[in-house]
Amino acid sequence: MTAATVSPNTQTGTARPWLTAAIVWALLLTVPFWLPMLGGYTALAARVLVFGLAAMSFNLLLGFTGVMSFGHAAYFGLGAYGAGLTLKYIAASTPLAILAGILLGGLAGTLFGLFIVRRRGVYFAMVTVAFGQIAFYVAYSWDSLTGGYDGLRGFSRAPLHLGPLTLDIVNNDKIFYYFLLAVFAIATGLQGLLLASPFGRTLLAIRENERRARFLGIPVERHIWMSFSISCCFTALAGALYALLNNFADPMGLHYSLSGEIVIMAVMGGMRAFWGPLAGAALFVILQDTISSMTVNWMSFVGLIFVLVVLFFPRGMLGIFQKGTGK
Amino acid sequence: MTMLDIRNVTKRFGSLVAVNDVSMRVEAGELRAIIGPNGAGKTTFFNMISGFFAPSAGDIVFGGTTVTKLAVTERVAMGMARTFQITEIFPELTVRENIRIGVESALGFRQRFWLGKRQVAGVDRGIEEALTHTGLTGQADRLVGELSHGDQRAAEIATALTLKPRLLLLDEPTAGMGEHETYAVANLIRRLHKNSAYTIVLIEHDMRVVFNLADKITVLGEGKMLAEGTPAEIAGNPVVQEAYLGKAE
Repeated sequence: MTAATVSPNTQTGTARPWLTAAIVWALLLTVPFWLPMLGGYTALAARVLVFGLAAMSFNLLLGFTGVMSFGHAAYFGLGAYGAGLTLKYIAASTPLAILAGILLGGLAGTLFGLFIVRRRGVYFAMVTVAFGQIAFYVAYSWDSLTGGYDGLRGFSRAPLHLGPLTLDIVNNDKIFYYFLLAVFAIATGLQGLLLASPFGRTLLAIRENERRARFLGIPVERHIWMSFSISCCFTALAGALYALLNNFADPMGLHYSLSGEIVIMAVMGGMRAFWGPLAGAALFVILQDTISSMTVNWMSFVGLIFVLVVLFFPRGMLGIFQKGTGK
Repeated sequence: MTMLDIRNVTKRFGSLVAVNDVSMRVEAGELRAIIGPNGAGKTTFFNMISGFFAPSAGDIVFGGTTVTKLAVTERVAMGMARTFQITEIFPELTVRENIRIGVESALGFRQRFWLGKRQVAGVDRGIEEALTHTGLTGQADRLVGELSHGDQRAAEIATALTLKPRLLLLDEPTAGMGEHETYAVANLIRRLHKNSAYTIVLIEHDMRVVFNLADKITVLGEGKMLAEGTPAEIAGNPVVQEAYLGKAE
């Protein structure tokens, strides 16, 4: 059995990991066909993919390393600015924009991570919030570069050239959706491989029992740092995709309220289940879309649903299908 | 050959002297028991050996190398493994996954993102070995958190053994166990010592276990070394009887 044949879910005790994955992919691949019939629109599904990827990336830390970051919007927002600034000032290339976004958010997370890996629990969460707010105020104040409060405008995603083939991801929202889905597939595929690898198992070990991990020779701080860095890279990728989706980046993409929303998505969907955060993001985005058209206080309804899920399904939506020691 | 040489080790916490100028030599292949009443400094002593914290004074030499100030992971890499009074395992993972993490760490795969077929086969062999060694084969695919107290302890020992340690430190291996479980764990330790020639240092409260298993016994009291010797010598030692055994019975 090679690493690839071991789904990460087998380690978290999901009854049928392949069934869950099959359902998820069947739904994602067919979204543009059935969503309009239910009164949705393709851009809504695109938002689910983007926030789903952000929440799953965040969950590498919370669900699979046992570390709580409350500032992941920082890396999401930096990813968005990295992509937007590249398209606006450097080159009209979508792949380059994505790469720049990953680099900006990923590097920021990697450097910042060096200073915080010795902190635990509340202290870790608080310094991550603090860094997020620093990033927010930089973007907010640096008017000449970022457009300040109004956000960064005046850029647009560029068509994709694959050899002789040109994909019009600019005007055709279905093609853009499938482009996002392809990136999403690569990213989550890599995350799955990561969690099924020996390195991934050391992260589970740290989550389960830091002391035992250390006494098995695992350098806990270094591995938390690596996990943080990887998580930030993927979150930045989600942010870059968000900038491409909206042709826009703004400081609210760095704000701690978004960090909180990412946490809610992951916990609501099930942080011990590989696909849990995606389910949480789907519910969140759909609720936001439907309720916000009725009332500006949509967040209080989302909050209520979050409380109900946590009270009655502490393992989240997908956690219902998991076995565990009932902790 | 001396496996562990502890030279005049002292540990102070503020004004409290938890361990006071204790020396101990453990030979390779020996099973040493450390006993003493509560508050004698046994666990503090253990924590210094395994690297939880450094002593305030004195030196710890392991396999000929001074390790006094080395970190836990560095001592682990040199072949020191430890279990705890309150079992420290990965409760929401299966027995097999618990052991797999240890085997992969011991084989130096900690930071690998991919393993080849041959490496995976090597890991699987290590897991089977640890399972048979500790009699856990039948429980391999159960979550450790669901096992009985005794089997959880066996799983912890199995995980520690994956490191192929030159020195195995067991902090109260039978703590909180019933008659039957105590017997099973004691038997496991005896097998490891007699059949596999592990060097073992253990802290233990159950005197039957201690006197049945140990080659030599070190008695601590109020942070100081009270006595050291074979089980027969310790049983006949009036100082020990007064300070410890007399009270316990």
